[in-house]
Amino acid sequence: MNAYDEPSAEISCTINGEAVEARVSVRQSLVDFVRHEIGLTGSHVGCEHGVCGACHIVVDGRVVRGCLMLAVQTNGAKIVTIETSQPTAAVRTLQAAFYERAALQCGFCTPGMILQAAELLEREPSPTRQQIRDALSGNYCRCTGYHAIVDAVEAGAALLRKGAAKSSGSQQFQGKGDST
Amino acid sequence: MKPPRFEYACPQSLTEALDLLDEHKSNAAVLAGGQSLVPILNLRMAKPAIVIDINRIPDLDTISSNGRQISIGARARHNDVLRSPHVRLHLPLLAQALEHVAHEAIRNRGTLGGSLALADPAAELPACTVCLDAEIVVRSNRGERKITASDFFKRIYSTALEEDEIITRIDFPIEDSFWRFRFDEIARRQGDFAIAGLAFAARCDEAKVTECRIVFAGVEESPRRIPELEEIFIGANVADEENIQRAKAAVADVIEPLTGGELSPAYRLHVVRELLARVVRDLAHPDMARSLSHECL
Repeated sequence: MNAYDEPSAEISCTINGEAVEARVSVRQSLVDFVRHEIGLTGSHVGCEHGVCGACHIVVDGRVVRGCLMLAVQTNGAKIVTIETSQPTAAVRTLQAAFYERAALQCGFCTPGMILQAAELLEREPSPTRQQIRDALSGNYCRCTGYHAIVDAVEAGAALLRKGAAKSSGSQQFQGKGDST
Repeated sequence: MKPPRFEYACPQSLTEALDLLDEHKSNAAVLAGGQSLVPILNLRMAKPAIVIDINRIPDLDTISSNGRQISIGARARHNDVLRSPHVRLHLPLLAQALEHVAHEAIRNRGTLGGSLALADPAAELPACTVCLDAEIVVRSNRGERKITASDFFKRIYSTALEEDEIITRIDFPIEDSFWRFRFDEIARRQGDFAIAGLAFAARCDEAKVTECRIVFAGVEESPRRIPELEEIFIGANVADEENIQRAKAAVADVIEPLTGGELSPAYRLHVVRELLARVVRDLAHPDMARSLSHECL
């Protein structure tokens, strides 16, 4: 990939907890790097100009568009993809909730949806349906019509709240129970 | 769809970045959040010889208050600005507008300075800086200068920024508690480009307007105050129904809507009239004028 005087640079970062050192072409996007050089193909390449959200990757704790960040910019960064063996409680719960509600058909958008929804639930444990829709407004799904996805995120939020209530020793959990 | 070949520099200080910019001038592109620059590169609408990444320069993203003004570093990310206590308390207009700026993942990277430097006519933040009478602080090897927002935006995608200058911060004056602010926007879907957005600031003594500033986003080539509309509201109750009708009637004479694209100028003007009425009615409720739709953020 570095033929023809392609400008390149050395980077070192961690991906899903593993240290990675690589020489990257400076114009390679983060998502192309993760897919083609590292072989993690759970982050998908859709529109390549920041519209569809299929390429979401977590960089230093924040969800970013993998197609709008250059791999070279992640020197020193902590990168987490959907393949991580240590998913957060929110990611784990949402994966189960998406499965349970069949909130996917082709699955192309699902990794991006789950990472974005997890970020929402980590900030806002009891989102309204409108808040869920707003938070996922930058993620395209061409199959489901979104309704099942919103249901799954709502169900995932309720499960997480229950889990949090259990682990803090509370006997009676009261969900917010909104139905907006 | 991959970007064209470019050299990449990642300066560790502002001085180093300014030297690089001075050397390469218009052949360089400054990479801040990259949420507009990288799509432009991927679509090959620009082919800079060198990309200067300013993400490692310290202190370019601080948000601070000195009691008279809020200073926001040019590289402050949209979500950090949106969730800043200084901004939520003193610049509710900016926070209201940021709720309409793109989507979560984009707001995690996109920056205030980047949005101003690009000067997309559909962008919300340039309109807010004009409405809030902000000062844009820029630096080059020739020194520092402060440009008022109303002098900064020139034409579509065109600003007063010289090719060797970088925006370093934006200073927003803290207004007294008589001011009410409202930003609202009509777009096809949440986070999409505005068909029309409106930043409205009004200083109200009781409910009577003593000063006001009206700036549209996504309507004209670049944001500016519309004095003909502002005058209509001064001296009366903010949501005086007769004034709303007068302002709606005046819109077609004082606004020069964008042409081209999918929307006819007549339709855009129709949206402007309805948006104006909606925002003014919201301003009649002082709570609403300071509130955000998502208090939980």
